[in-house]
Amino acid sequence: MTEGITLVLLLFMAGVALIITRLRSLFAVVMLTGFFSFLSASLFVVMDAVDVAFTEAAVGAGISTVLMLGALALTTREEKVPVHTPLLPLLVATVTGAFLIYGTLDMPHFGDPDAAIHQHVAPRYLQQSGTEIGVPNVVTSVLASYRGYDTFGETTVIFTAGIAVMFLLTGRRRRRDEEETP
Amino acid sequence: MTGNGIVRVVSKVLLPFILLFALYVQFHGDYGPGGGFQAGVIFGAGFILHALVFGLEHTKKLLPRRVLEIGISAGVLLYGGVGVASMLLGGTFLDYGVLDSHDPVHGQHLGILLVELGVGITVTMVMASIFFDFAGRGAPGASE
Repeated sequence: MTEGITLVLLLFMAGVALIITRLRSLFAVVMLTGFFSFLSASLFVVMDAVDVAFTEAAVGAGISTVLMLGALALTTREEKVPVHTPLLPLLVATVTGAFLIYGTLDMPHFGDPDAAIHQHVAPRYLQQSGTEIGVPNVVTSVLASYRGYDTFGETTVIFTAGIAVMFLLTGRRRRRDEEETP
Repeated sequence: MTGNGIVRVVSKVLLPFILLFALYVQFHGDYGPGGGFQAGVIFGAGFILHALVFGLEHTKKLLPRRVLEIGISAGVLLYGGVGVASMLLGGTFLDYGVLDSHDPVHGQHLGILLVELGVGITVTMVMASIFFDFAGRGAPGASE
């Protein structure tokens, strides 16, 4: 059952991705990208990663779609017809994709209990976090306590991104205003 | 979108629930799926919806730039502050166990709650701020 749903979702995602490459209307591309994010959020739900699905649905399908629409309003709605033949980019994409798929051949299967990631610290987290942290959601105790340093770094990254966008987008207008005033 | 009555009414009804759900995700993150980042994104999306439907100027009155600037830094400071507080209490950086002198598990609870709150505040304010910057750029004073 789960495999069936996963397969349908993946086929839909592949189909949407193919349509996106064929479209010239950027508005449709943005909407379909949001749809793609929503499909991947559904895929995360099927894989029992509800936290990730939450984030993907809110950021990928919600906020980034709105931001892309905002960017479209500032630029243009039609993609320019490329002047070069798409053969070289196609070749690069195919070779890169082939290498990536070749790389997955050595990876453990999905949900494999013998995978390296389930052997290292994960058993300790699962067995000890109940008494050490006392929080039922192990994801939260790993994220906020065991890996609190990493999460602090991530928050700083978001902080930096926010500040950078603020400077990039509001700084220039102020300068232009100053040029107009004299 | 400001002229569409149905969108306005539906958003007005839904907005409190979106914000309430964000708070639930924030403070119930210890027990269920969710946490600071997810809650912040949902809370920020609520503000973005408000700005899309009612116009950026109205949302800016609700959430002035000054509040955004303070909020973005306050979240990170809260997170780092918890780390420094645990250092001052004799532990290592971000070791919440020392925050409660009687029971380390309670200290962990408190630390996680505060840290997730810091993440939530920063993410909310950054998401709203990025959208405000984008939407406010088209023409000065343009709301959609």
